[in-house]
Amino acid sequence: MAWFRKAKTPKAVRGLPARSPVPEGLWVRCEECREVLFARELERSLRVCPKCGHHFRLDAPERIRLLLDEAGARELFASVRPTDPLRFRDTRPYADRLHAYQEAVGVPDAVQVLEGTLAGIPVVLAVMDYRFMGGSMGSVVGEKITRAAEHAAEKHRPLVVVSASGGARMQEGILSLMQMAKISGALARLRERRVPYLSVLTDPTTGGVTASFAMLGDLNIAEPGALIGFAGPRVIEQTIRQSLPEGFQRSEFLLEHGFLDLVVPRPELKETLARCLRLLSAA
Amino acid sequence: MGTGDAGFEEPLVELRRQIEELERYPDGAGRGRELGRLRTRLRRETEEVFRHLTPWQTALVARHADRPFTLDYVQALMGDWVEIHGDRAYGDDPAIVAGLADFRGRPVVVVGHQKGRSTKERIRRNFGQPRPEGYRKALRAMRLAERFRLPVLSFVDTPGAYPGIDAEERGQAEAIARNLLEMSLLRVPVVVTITGEGGSGGALAIGIGNRVLMLEHAVYSVISPEGCAAILWKDQGRKEEAAAAMRITAPDLLRLGVVDAIVPEPPGGAHADPQEAAARVGEAISKALRELVRLDPERLVAERRKRFRTLGSFLES
Repeated sequence: MAWFRKAKTPKAVRGLPARSPVPEGLWVRCEECREVLFARELERSLRVCPKCGHHFRLDAPERIRLLLDEAGARELFASVRPTDPLRFRDTRPYADRLHAYQEAVGVPDAVQVLEGTLAGIPVVLAVMDYRFMGGSMGSVVGEKITRAAEHAAEKHRPLVVVSASGGARMQEGILSLMQMAKISGALARLRERRVPYLSVLTDPTTGGVTASFAMLGDLNIAEPGALIGFAGPRVIEQTIRQSLPEGFQRSEFLLEHGFLDLVVPRPELKETLARCLRLLSAA
Repeated sequence: MGTGDAGFEEPLVELRRQIEELERYPDGAGRGRELGRLRTRLRRETEEVFRHLTPWQTALVARHADRPFTLDYVQALMGDWVEIHGDRAYGDDPAIVAGLADFRGRPVVVVGHQKGRSTKERIRRNFGQPRPEGYRKALRAMRLAERFRLPVLSFVDTPGAYPGIDAEERGQAEAIARNLLEMSLLRVPVVVTITGEGGSGGALAIGIGNRVLMLEHAVYSVISPEGCAAILWKDQGRKEEAAAAMRITAPDLLRLGVVDAIVPEPPGGAHADPQEAAARVGEAISKALRELVRLDPERLVAERRKRFRTLGSFLES
């Protein structure tokens, strides 16, 4: 009955943010309008607040269920796993941090790639998962999205990438930055092969992810109210030493300034993507 | 330098002062012998200091106000310079320069970050932090290069792309992203030289080259040491640890395959002898170009993409 199957509840790990802004239980308070909502009703409405339309964040499995047809989906490149190339250590070793997130979230890194159909249209879909280290992009995210683009080019299947990321992963240093170049090279190939690429930007998409593949869709499509930008709001506030205007760096702001093609509410997202893909692949 | 964090250079500054003072005295009374002694000591101490720079100190050298900037390299290495302006859409960004020039008998297109030296000029150049129109100007110049089959020489030296309201409104992210894609499609040789600070996406946006060269004391990183420290250590003061942890120096980046060659700097760093630094950069670029101009356009595109395709580290089980 519920549109979403319940996501697996992760084990609690010290020092990790809660996996979801929605606490367990029957009732949930909307982050935006503070309205108390029936949790089951929120799930049924695809985690869009029925009162104010606020879009709660989706994790990768929820996003995949939203977009892909149930039959015939197959995960790709699942064996690509992170390593610790710099033997990086801040207040805690990166290797430990990776392990803790893998335990807590139940996935190896911050992106999943699948091959399947979207409203009957064969696609390659990459979905970022903000729960895993803030969706940060290190070598694994870079490699898997690059392979997704290469696979799409080879099979002549449209590529859909759903972004949710704070940007490049500091713990892999310069190698994280290089993923921006690597993915962009693969997208260049996709372009030469005339395979459509739709970029779906969700809350939040910032830093090196926005400044590479998220802004390079043949069409850039965002969910309402998503934070999208290059620099994070706090960095900008520190630079200019004043607070930012209401709605700054939100989807609607980017639409107004010419950087998005569409802002699409979640219930219409799948059908909108399908329509775009049908029209782009008609020739 | 002699200010703040840069204390490691202070003994050298003091020695240089002593030498200069002594040079003003008339000859005789053992002056020549004393001068020789001081010069030898300066050379030895300079070598000693620069051999043991920490990553954070290297970042300070990379940011040195007297370090040669893009236009200094243009002046030292090129003739017939024609600076071009504007992105044809919004404006002209002084934080990035672009132009046509003759490099050792070959017409080229130059793009590069530009910092200022005087306070007024530093502000005008926005401390080398480009806005979107800067990246779009650079892209326009690179397309011009492609149309007329000229190699692109790119000089990277920026703290990062400017994080301001106007930059966001005009699509900082889009401008950087577009350059990454378009540079992956360029059908002419691209030689990138990291001359000072390679500040994250703001550097990479003109950094997709067939060859990426890096000066010995330049740095290149995903975020500034201060920024990394503030986020991961919740304390900007831990910048020295952050600088070390991120592997931002030329030898580290060579090992990681991010750069192809290191250009050695003169003793005391590029700012101690800008002419010599420029000459060495010129040699390195020239060598890279000689190899690249022989390749046909398809090969240039394929090899440039392959170069970046292999970067990263992961396991496959």
